[in-house]
Amino acid sequence: MTSLTAVPMAAESGWLASIEDTINSWFEPIAYWSTTIIFYPIPFFGTEAPIVTFWLVAAGLIFTIYYGAVQFRGFKTSLEVVRGRYSHKADEGEVTHFQALTAALSGTVGLGNIAGVGVAVVIGGPGATFWMILAGLLGMATKFAECTLGVRYREVHEDGSVTGGPFRYLPIAFARFGRLPAKVLTGIYAVAIMLFGVAGGNMFQANQTFAQAQEVTGGDDGFLGSDGAALIFGLILAGLVAAVIIGGIKSIARVTSKLVPAMAIIYVTACLIVIFRNVDQIPGAIADIITGAFNPSGVAGGVVGVVIVGFQRAAFSNEAGLGSAAIAHSPVKTRRPVSEGFVALLEPFIDTVIICTMTALTIIIAAPTLYTEALTTEDTAVPDGVVVTSEAFETVIPDFPVILAVAVALFAFSTLITWSYYGLRAWTTLFGRSTFSENLFKLIFCLFTVTGTVLTFDQVLGFADSMLFLCAFVNLAGVYLLMPVVKREMKEYFADRKSGELSREAAEPPPTKSGAGA
Amino acid sequence: MESVLVGVDRSDGSRRAVKFALDRARVNSWRVALVHVIHWSPYSFSTPQENETRHVRRQAEIEQAQTEIINPLLRWIDSEVPDHDIEVTTEIRHGRPSEMLADLAEEGPYDLLVVGRTGESHLRAAIFGSTPYRLVQHAPVAVVVVP
Repeated sequence: MTSLTAVPMAAESGWLASIEDTINSWFEPIAYWSTTIIFYPIPFFGTEAPIVTFWLVAAGLIFTIYYGAVQFRGFKTSLEVVRGRYSHKADEGEVTHFQALTAALSGTVGLGNIAGVGVAVVIGGPGATFWMILAGLLGMATKFAECTLGVRYREVHEDGSVTGGPFRYLPIAFARFGRLPAKVLTGIYAVAIMLFGVAGGNMFQANQTFAQAQEVTGGDDGFLGSDGAALIFGLILAGLVAAVIIGGIKSIARVTSKLVPAMAIIYVTACLIVIFRNVDQIPGAIADIITGAFNPSGVAGGVVGVVIVGFQRAAFSNEAGLGSAAIAHSPVKTRRPVSEGFVALLEPFIDTVIICTMTALTIIIAAPTLYTEALTTEDTAVPDGVVVTSEAFETVIPDFPVILAVAVALFAFSTLITWSYYGLRAWTTLFGRSTFSENLFKLIFCLFTVTGTVLTFDQVLGFADSMLFLCAFVNLAGVYLLMPVVKREMKEYFADRKSGELSREAAEPPPTKSGAGA
Repeated sequence: MESVLVGVDRSDGSRRAVKFALDRARVNSWRVALVHVIHWSPYSFSTPQENETRHVRRQAEIEQAQTEIINPLLRWIDSEVPDHDIEVTTEIRHGRPSEMLADLAEEGPYDLLVVGRTGESHLRAAIFGSTPYRLVQHAPVAVVVVP
């Protein structure tokens, strides 16, 4: 979801520039300290990697072993569940597994898949793709665990709405340490996810949307290159966001939620066009990926460097371990919490194993100059990820960068809307559910959308990444404590599927009209 | 006793279908089930926020259908066909109307399906084909399409 692309773009002069400078200078110490303290780089076999990368990959590995490679063993079950094979007939009109999955995907499929992968293959070479896929596969087990818990401990409110996710299961997980520590840890998580939502899910998205819009309209010389354009762009974007989340203008959200899957399909199709126009190069590209994974050339830190780049991009793209997806999956209508876990494990598969791999293959096969130049030098400057991907498409489909700009804007917008919701639920966990407090948060959120477009990029990202680590640390600690619960339900589910009990349950008429939390 | 399933919505066409069914039900002493299907797809796309309140909105949709479609229809039946002793039941479901009616007809079991020729959604019908058209092709029981 986030990416290490660097697009500094402060206005050069005038009063708007001075506002930007003020915001920048105000933000700089916060970004600096949060990055230095929380996002501490660990030296690792002669190179350095942020501790969060190890934490996330270790979790994926542990869950994969503990649940007996559920992501492979249960893959078929996942597809059956998402197609509604075990859904009750009487539950029509409620949130289906498919709808919970696509709603969660709208928050993860985005810039990480386009820009983040561009960065990965430029810095890490083609071999980064291999480790990205591996990390994606491990992430499936993490999502399985956290989303099962999200549904298992969800809450049905008085008005009938359903919320779940880490805010609900963390207090239960940490309860063994006493009430106060449980409250404090959940509070820390809520603060972190709210701040990450505001930074990574909001400011970063706004920032990159503007960057790509500026790029296709002629860069610094285009009409978005002028002084203060960033601020005006930010205000318009924030206005649209406000219309959806404060004004409740559902038509915008509805249009976006329909356009995003269409865009995803167009994007993957475009990747396939580029790949198959160069069909003779596919075996070579795959060979590059595999040799590059174990024996890279021109990559800082050698093989360890490649592993870290691949793992990091995958982790940031599919959000496994952050607990955010567990929020989106929780309102699903099911009597078996683990069924949603099976659905959730498809998320990293779609996001990382399919879409990220498509982007990587496209870049490797099309070989744009930015990519080929990077392969020959060791000290590669971090490029703008969107531009790398954009250039790769341009080699085969000359007009595609414009479509890509539209896709980027839509992905960013839907991610923004989804994260405003995650942030809101964190906010209500901290400050309670009331119309006033909810609207206050939404207003603050929109202000940060504007801030995101005017800020220089490094500061936004450093801040977002440090919050990401905090989320992952607290959330996964809670999931570890509750992982036997998931295992029990998983075993039962597999057994009931085998014995045909699941199909029988789905066919039986409901005794009475029951609530969504049944 | 035979029973007949009538698909209803807000349209005049569906009232004619109800009238058709009731007239024959009185003579042949059939049971009549009036079903309204709220258009819904398990594969539509929605935001997490919408999902959170989906259960609430589902209830609201059902209540709305009850007060705006079913209740006025029952009152209309009482005025059109006074003093009848036909057993009339009502049901509100979510789904794709043609599929849901065909499924219900099969499970019921019903002997006959009655629908109006033109319903509410002219545009959707023009693009994707109408509910009666589909029912005629796929329903497991005989279908009467009332003009």
